[in-house]
Parts: sequence; structure tokens; C-alpha cells
Amino acid sequence: MKQLLKLSVASFLIAGALAVQASTLSDVQSKGHVSCGVSKGLAGFSAADSAGTWTGVDVDVCRAVAAATLGDATKVKFVPLTAKERFTALQSGEIDMLSRNTTWTITRDASLGLNFAGVNYYDGQGFMVKSSLGVSSAMELGGAAVCIQAGTTTELNLADWGKQNGIDYQSVVSDTNAQTLTNYDSGRCDVLTTDASGLYSMRAAANDPSEHVVLPEIISKEPLGPVVRQGDDQWFNIVRWSLNAMITAEELGVTSATVDEVTNNPERERLMGRSGNTHEYVGLTPDWTYNIISQVGNYSESFERNIGINTPIGIARGVNALWTQGGILYSPPFR
Amino acid sequence: MKQQNILSQVKNLTFSELLYNNEVRAFFFQVATFLLIAGLFYTIIGNLFDNIEARGIHTGFSFLKNRAGFDILPFLGNYLQDYTPESSNLTVFYVGLINTLVVAFVGIILATVLGLFIGIARLSNNYLVAKLAGGYIELFRNIPVLLQIFFWYNIFINIFPHPKKSFSFFEMAFLNQRGLYLPKPVLESGFTLVIIAFLVGIILTVVMKRYFKKKHDETGVYTRTLGYSTLLIFGLPAIFFLLLGSPLHFDFAVLGKFNLKGGMQIVPEFIALTFALSVYTATYIAEAIRSGIEAVDKGQKEAAAAIGLTQTQSLKLIILPQALRVAIPPTINQYLNLTKNSSLATAIGYPELMGAFGGTVLNQVGQAVEILGMAMLVYLFISLCISLLLNIVNKRMAIPER
Repeated sequence: MKQLLKLSVASFLIAGALAVQASTLSDVQSKGHVSCGVSKGLAGFSAADSAGTWTGVDVDVCRAVAAATLGDATKVKFVPLTAKERFTALQSGEIDMLSRNTTWTITRDASLGLNFAGVNYYDGQGFMVKSSLGVSSAMELGGAAVCIQAGTTTELNLADWGKQNGIDYQSVVSDTNAQTLTNYDSGRCDVLTTDASGLYSMRAAANDPSEHVVLPEIISKEPLGPVVRQGDDQWFNIVRWSLNAMITAEELGVTSATVDEVTNNPERERLMGRSGNTHEYVGLTPDWTYNIISQVGNYSESFERNIGINTPIGIARGVNALWTQGGILYSPPFR
Repeated sequence: MKQQNILSQVKNLTFSELLYNNEVRAFFFQVATFLLIAGLFYTIIGNLFDNIEARGIHTGFSFLKNRAGFDILPFLGNYLQDYTPESSNLTVFYVGLINTLVVAFVGIILATVLGLFIGIARLSNNYLVAKLAGGYIELFRNIPVLLQIFFWYNIFINIFPHPKKSFSFFEMAFLNQRGLYLPKPVLESGFTLVIIAFLVGIILTVVMKRYFKKKHDETGVYTRTLGYSTLLIFGLPAIFFLLLGSPLHFDFAVLGKFNLKGGMQIVPEFIALTFALSVYTATYIAEAIRSGIEAVDKGQKEAAAAIGLTQTQSLKLIILPQALRVAIPPTINQYLNLTKNSSLATAIGYPELMGAFGGTVLNQVGQAVEILGMAMLVYLFISLCISLLLNIVNKRMAIPER
């Protein structure tokens, strides 16, 4: 009888525990790290090196949030996820945030119980073929077999594009980036389609990048950005404004090297937490932005370090330049 | 029976007697345990739905009617359901289901044939054959099946040539890294008659076999029926086929700009998956067959030899019927395993239930509980059906109790 009682008490405690939802910030601060969902390896965006250190522009968003909340950009636990696993992992609370080249769409934003906290890379879907095929436009791809990764908006865009342009193709779907690439390399399919950034990243990783051509057509808008669970507005604000801090820092010319300089620019002083009390509104210490910029750098530093024109990936800023420099990158003011 | 017992006892007992009555106590505790477990599940499920609602995730099955919007690798499910991106999510479910069933079906047949063959070979008197069979079992049984699926798939797409340099079999069938292209039969009017003739042939054969068996039982005269059966089953439809002026032609694959077009494409994902699952499962079936054969008393074999049966006859008439009794239950388990393992196909992109529906649709719709619940119910249902079917077979094979 006693055992039975114990069992029943224990089981109700378990059932009760399932219902408890603590604030993500206090959760993160008590466990001492941010669990961040990233890709299984997409060079320049999120990839681990031989020593297990993660780098990339998506990774830098995770690091910025860790710097803001814990004061240490290294306190991130990276959880590599496939495209299919990512939303479930976030919904279930396995990760605190998702920063995994994820496209912001209305369906995802409004029906999955998730919120997109901003855009850290404006992308679009493109095609890559082997130069030996002699194809110069996506319009010539009728009848081709197309390699594509499962569970992505890419699948939907491709179907829409095929229908719109009357192009008949065969889609070969794989679960992971690696298998998609293997399929393309081996010749299981003629074309690889994904976000253009991904294509550049894969082309850079190929044995001989000149053997592959990225076709000029961009068939979709793919704003990629970090995602959080719905229902925790404080955490949502932290992630959104950590990213905005990096963008604003670039705009104001603050880099990791010049972060200590005190100037007479009031907005810069507000951004760096040396005046005003915006930190209280997000529930963080005054040095949260200082930690982000000093440890991770501003947006431009992150971009040039990971995917910029001088890296093997070699992506120009293009639309991802600041709004003042011909791009569309724009952060609301720190005020 | 027991319940009535308790009730009749209860009526005649005082309260304190009731409290100390063993049967009443046992009954009470069973009910209490049941209620506790039911309550626990109720709480967990209620909690789950509360949480889903609190997080603003959509619930319900209305997504099944929505347009799917993505393409699926063309295979049997696509053809049978006329799938296009305009089809609904429910159609994706059917496409996935068909593709799962076809893997299970072909896989079970291949695994059984291969398993039977290897199991018997393992007991062969020929040293080399026995050792080879043993080596086969040890090799394939001890490598994870997911790894084997990846292995065969990557072998397939790397070993065979590009579509432009396909292996061609008399310009009718082609093999390249994108699959096996067979001639696609196109039926013309009148072909139904040929199919009917084929079925009639089968029925006539069964009737004939019964007749000769009866004759054998009554008179002891054995008649070879193989020739007649072949004639009935294949000859009859052949005559109709010719009389109707060959109402069938084939559509052959031809080389397009990138790919072979037309014909019947059997995609490498299917071939690799079915092959890997069959090869893997066959090792377990072979072991089941071997244990069955070894369970048959040695005297049976000797007795069969003593009355002058040949090796083949002894195997077919004496050993196997007895061996199968032991071998069938573990083999059923392997059929179930093969069916469930087919969900590993999602790794190489074969569009079966878990890949197409539990994967892509789940990601587009995001309703994990409903979608995975549906997939689980389907696997449960398929497994129970296989189990039921083979339990019937098992009953018929069992030794009649006297």
C-alpha cells in the first residue's frame, strides 16, 4: 500500500511538472548556458571545426545572446538539428532559441507557436549545377532531377516555381545537408537547390569550386533569422535586441576594437549602456550590449569573418548591407 | 466466474470481514491500480493539449485537406494517387502508405526466399556452402541496418553510370545511377479478358490438383500435374492474348536532355532500401529456419531415407513441414521488424509514410502530435494485420492435437 501511495504521489508530481513553464531567462541563468539549435554543418553559417568550436553568422547570434544574458559568449550549448527536427526541438523546450538559417514565413510565425526575432541574413533560393552540363539559366532545367533537403520551404518554392514556369522536374529529397550534397556530387541529380547562401557555402567546400555554377535566377525571398518560443516576451525581446545591437553597432561604427572608446554621440553611449536604462526593460545588466560587441563584434565583423568576400565562401554584402549603404539591413533605434 | 464468486461472498460478509477478505482486497487493489493508471494518462494527455494550446500551436485534423504544395519522388504511390503539388496532405498520407506497403511486401518476399535458402545452406553437408552461409549471417546480422541502407544507397548511386551512359538491355530496359528503367506496360482494351483467362487457369489448376489428389488417395496412382498446370495458367491467357491481337504494348524509356524519360522507373532509393532490409532480415529468418530444421528429430530424416525418399523429397515432405512449426513464430517477428524498419527510409529520402508524411508534411504543418499519432496508428495496424495473418497460418501448420 505504501509503495502504491508513493507511486501515485510520484506520478502526479511528474504530471504536474510537465505543466510548469519557467521564464527562459531565469532558466538560462540558472543552468549557466544558452541551448541554441544550429544546423548540422553549413560552412559560414553554423559549422564546427575539428576542435569542436562552432563558428558562423548564425552561431554568432547564439553567442551574442549568451554574452548578453550570461556575460560570456562561450557559454552556449550548440544542438545540431536537421531541418525536420528544428521546430519540434524549440517547441518542446529542448533548446532556448533556434538560429539555423530558418526562413521567416507567416505559417511558421503564426501557427507553430514560435516567433521570429528578426532577420540576420536576407537570402533567396537559387540553383547550382555542374559547369559540365552547360546550363546557363534555370529555365533550361526541364526534365532534370533536382536535389533538395527535406522539410524546408525550398520544397514548396520549387513546386510553385515549376508550376508557374511550366518546368517539369523530379525532386530527390534527402534528410540532411550532407546526403543532399552526396547525391548531387555522385550525379543522382543534376541540380542542387537551396538558399543561395547555402549554395555558395557548398561550392566553397567542393574540391574544385570552378566545376560548379550558381545560376542567376533567385526564385524566392528567404529572410533567415533566429526563432524563439511564443509566450515569453522577455526572452523574445532579448534575442531580437541582441541582434539589433550588432546591427546598430555597425551603423554607429562601434567594433570590438573600439568598444571602450567614450564618445559624445548620445545614441552610441545609450547603446553601450553608459547612459539611459534600456537594460532594465529587457531584464539584463547595463553591460549586456558591451559584452556582445566586445566578445562577438558588430554585424559587419561577424559577416566578414564568416562569409565575407575575403573568406572561402565569398559572399558580397549585397542586400545585407546597411540601409545607409544600399542594403536593407535596418535596426530600430536604441532609445 | 470469479466476479460472481466475490459478489456472492460479499453479500454474506460483515464490514470487518470484508476488510480482511483476500479476494475483496485483491479486487479493490486491481481497480485502484487501473484507475490510477487511467488517471495518470488522462492527466498527461490533458496537460499535453493544454500546453499545445498555451503555446499557440494549431490542433485538429483540418490540415489534411490543405494543399500539400511540394513534390514527391515519383514512385508507385505517386502513380496510383496521381499526386501533384496541388494534391492534399491526405493524399501525401496515402502516397506514403502505399510506398511503405510496397517496401514491406517486396521486402518480406525477398527476405523469406533468401532466408530459407541461406538457412538450409547453413546446414549443408558441403563445407564451403555451409561456411559461406554462416559468414553471410554473421556479417549482415551484426551491422546496424541504418548503416547498411546508407551503404547500399551510396554504392548504388556511385557505382552505376550517368543516365547518358546507362547500361542498356536490348534498348528495352536501362540501369543507371537514377534507377532501373523497365518497359512500362500500357494496357489496351480487351486485356481484361486475358487477365480473366489467367484467373480461370488458376482456378482450373486447383480443381485439377484436387481431383488428382483424391485419385492418389483412393487408388495410390500418382499423376504429375506440373505440365498441365503450366499449360492452364500460362497457355490459356496466351491463346486469348493472341486471339485478341496482342492488346498490350510497352512504353520504353528514352534519353531526354538530363534524364531517361518514360518507361517505368524504379528509383534507387527503393532498390537500396528493399535490398538492405531483405538482406538484413534474411539473416534472422535463416537462423529461425535453421533452428526449426535442427529441432526436427534426426530419426525423421533417417526414417525418410529408409523408406526410399530422395533428399529433396525428404526435405519437402518430412523435414520442412515439421521445421516450419518451430520457425514460423520467430519469422513473424522478423516480418514485423522489417515493416517497422522501413521507416528508416527517411534517411535516404524514399518517400514512405515517415518520410513524406511524418517528415515533410510535419515540417510544413508543425502539428507533431496529430501527424505522428496517425503514423503510429498505421504502423500498429499494419503490424497487427501481419501478425493476425501469420497466426492463422501458424494455427494451420501446428500439429493437430489428438
